[in-house]
Amino acid sequence: MSVKRDSLSVGLAVGAAGAAFGAVAIAGHFTVAQACVLSLVLFSGASQFSLVAVMSSGGSALSAIITGAFLGGRNGLYGVRMAQILKLKGAKRALAAQITIDESTGVSIAQKTLADQRTAFWYTGFGVFFFWNVFTLIGALGAKSIGDTSAWGLDVASPAIFCAVLFPRLKERKLLIAGALAFVWALSITEFVPAGVPIISTVFIAAIVGWN
Amino acid sequence: MSSKWIAVIATSLLCYAIKFLGHTIPESWLARPRVQRITNLIPIVLLSALVAMQAFTTKTKFEVDHRLAGITVAIVALSAKLPFPVVVVGAMAVSAIVYRLKV
Repeated sequence: MSVKRDSLSVGLAVGAAGAAFGAVAIAGHFTVAQACVLSLVLFSGASQFSLVAVMSSGGSALSAIITGAFLGGRNGLYGVRMAQILKLKGAKRALAAQITIDESTGVSIAQKTLADQRTAFWYTGFGVFFFWNVFTLIGALGAKSIGDTSAWGLDVASPAIFCAVLFPRLKERKLLIAGALAFVWALSITEFVPAGVPIISTVFIAAIVGWN
Repeated sequence: MSSKWIAVIATSLLCYAIKFLGHTIPESWLARPRVQRITNLIPIVLLSALVAMQAFTTKTKFEVDHRLAGITVAIVALSAKLPFPVVVVGAMAVSAIVYRLKV
C-alpha cells in the first residue's frame, strides 16, 4: 500500500524535526519533561516553538499561551475539513482531533478516494506523532549535553524553521504585505513594550489587511 | 508551579480544545470570506513577528549578530528550492561558524 508507505515517510521526515524542537526547548531553558509534555499533549509544531520563543525571550506565560493558541487556530480549521472526511463520533473523534495537524490534513486531502483519504490521515497523523515525540526526547537530551547552544546554531533553528514554513505562502501578495508589516511592526515596538506583545499584537495587522 | 509549567499545560489544553472544536462545529460557521481571509493571515503575521524577534532581538533589544548570517542562508536555500533539512541545518551551521569566529 503506497498510501501507508507515503504517509509513514512523511511522518518520519517531519517527526525528525522534533529533535530541533527538543534542542531549542532546552536552549530556551525549558526542562526535558516540559519539552516532552509539549510534544505529547500540545503536539503542534508552530505553537510549541512559539511558546518556547516567547517565554525564553522574557515574555509572560499569558502572552505565550495566547500566541500558542492563535497559532494552533489553524488546526481547528483543519478539523472542520477532516470531520467531513472522517465522519467520526465519540472516542475516535477525540483521538482524531489530537492528530489533526498540517501534515495529516495535507496528505489526506491530497488523496483521490475517500478510503485513501482516511488511511492517509491516520497513518500520517500517528506517524508524525510517534517520530516527533521520539525525536523531541533525543534532541532535548542531546542539547542538555551541549554547553553554549549558540555555538551549535541552535538559536537560529527555530527562526529558520519558521522561514521555511512561511516562504511558500508569501507568494500571494496580501500574505507578503501582512508578513512584512508584522516583521517591521514587531521590531519597531520591541524596545518599548513587554516581551511577547510585539508578537501577539500583529493579530491586528491580520485583521486590518484581511478586512476587505 | 512555575510559569513555564502553567504555559505548557494551559497552551496544551487550549490547543486540544481548538482541534476538537474544529471537528464538532458546522462548516458553515467559518465559511464567511472575511473570517477566512483573517484566519488565513493570522499564522503569517505571528510567524513573521516570531522570526523578527528570534533573529534580531536579544532580551527585547534590537540586535544584529551571527543570527543574520544563518537567516540569510535559510532564505537563499529556500529561494534555491533546497529541501527543508538542508535549509535548517545550513542556517544553523553558518550561524554557528560566524558565532565561533567572533568569540
